[in-house]
Amino acid sequence: MTPLLSVQGITKRYGAHIGCADVSFDLYPGEVMGIVGESGSGKSTLLSCLAGHLTPDAGQVVFDTRADGPRDTVTMAEPERRMLGRTDWAFVHQHARDGLRMGVSAGGNVGERLMAVGARHYGDIRNKATDWLDRVEIDAARVDDRPTTFSGGMQQRLQIARNLVTGPRLVFMDEPTGGLDVSVQARLLDLLRGLVRDMGLSAIIVTHDLAVVRLLADRLMVMKSGHVVEAGLTDQVLDDPQHAYSQLLVSSVLQV
Amino acid sequence: MTDYNFAYLDEQTKRMIRRAILKGLAIPGYQVPFASREMPMPYGWGTGGIQVSAAVLTPEDRFKVIDQGADDTTNAVSIRTFFERTAGVKTTTATAEATVIQTRHRIPEAPLTEGQILVYQVPIPEPLRFLEPRESETRKMHSLEEYGLMHVKLYEDISRHGHIATSYAYPVKVEGRYVMDPSPIPKFDNPKLGDMAAIQLFGAGREQRIYALPPYTQVVSLDFEDHPFDPSRADHPCGLCGAEDSYLDEVIVDDAGGRMFVCSDTDYCSARQAAGHTGKDAA
Repeated sequence: MTPLLSVQGITKRYGAHIGCADVSFDLYPGEVMGIVGESGSGKSTLLSCLAGHLTPDAGQVVFDTRADGPRDTVTMAEPERRMLGRTDWAFVHQHARDGLRMGVSAGGNVGERLMAVGARHYGDIRNKATDWLDRVEIDAARVDDRPTTFSGGMQQRLQIARNLVTGPRLVFMDEPTGGLDVSVQARLLDLLRGLVRDMGLSAIIVTHDLAVVRLLADRLMVMKSGHVVEAGLTDQVLDDPQHAYSQLLVSSVLQV
Repeated sequence: MTDYNFAYLDEQTKRMIRRAILKGLAIPGYQVPFASREMPMPYGWGTGGIQVSAAVLTPEDRFKVIDQGADDTTNAVSIRTFFERTAGVKTTTATAEATVIQTRHRIPEAPLTEGQILVYQVPIPEPLRFLEPRESETRKMHSLEEYGLMHVKLYEDISRHGHIATSYAYPVKVEGRYVMDPSPIPKFDNPKLGDMAAIQLFGAGREQRIYALPPYTQVVSLDFEDHPFDPSRADHPCGLCGAEDSYLDEVIVDDAGGRMFVCSDTDYCSARQAAGHTGKDAA
């Protein structure tokens, strides 16, 4: 089976400082990979490199494209990479405001990706937008409201709808539940888990919240100071952490 | 007159502007940066159009200036006088006689012919500006032909008003490539942009951009399949000349709700009146 995403030796330096170093892994279709680690451990740098927002200093990110099979997205021409970013890839930002157009209605936000890939029928775009609002549990009557009038949880769900509307195969998520209160987090996670399973999505989730990866991720990588210190099945890593830092991380979770 | 170089600008500046114009003509719809000069009038009064006009004017030209279609409004009068004094060119109000026409917010009703140049004053040349504030990003979007965002604006119009409510500065696609802001002309004028015999030059002074449409360029107004482009027009004949095909201004004539509709193109209207056409409000 061809991996959907094959990452080999990704390294990103900020001058003398290491962002992330020599990270390699394979992600197979339908698989959800969690990346955990403390602040500054290089999780977000790694994700940005994978999603093409940053250019890594070394390494390959080979994506199994629909048309041409496996291609290295780092050396790919920018128009192609941006096209992937609108079609087969999705990026869910931690802050919904970074991923949404706050001055554009919810329907316009969801429809933007459709229009970006050439949809030119207003009725179809609108129907698809209301359908997706429904799927992320936003009242269809709010299709013409701006995201500024939405709560934080709704904004995050809108951002997810906006990203998934073109049927991507790979979703990058950067702390998707950060900044939300716990009950909203639970609802969002439930929704995400349903969507990932229904659509057979592959996803890479960066988070510092072990509960999120326990719930969503099949596999887990633990990062520390830019390096991957431990990787394995989620339950295995969380229940029997081997590396000292993983043990610290697991034991630091507050019990209520 | 002898105090100024011909048409106010020095020859090196005109040369620089002509190079930008040529590049613009070579890449229809592409915004060419140029080193806009300080002009003896404020930004917003047509400094971009004036610099373009100054660069293309020759002593033999006949110059016409319109502002919202009219030859006798402040902006038109001041620019016409400016070039009378600094270039000594002949001026006219007749569209057919003019070789260079500088315009603000309108395209003349009379069809333009080969050999004429239409110069537009442009306040904001970037059609994506209000959707994407970063210049670095809009340039990338132009170069990669990523124009989905333009339709988001039209989508927003329909979702809010039930139809495409953008009525001026209506975005167009040039030769299937660049999306262009046609300057704030009413969308009624959009169909005239395409396949026009005259050269069309667009100058934005404050924003330092020049773009152009060579003669007979394909220009398509953006729309949706189920909400096609509609060049709307007030549903009245002109009150003075009775024209039913011209763009109209609505004029309030008293404080009791009285109003009349008149051609915004004063030259077109007066020519029709001279030819014997009269409307219902003609004195």
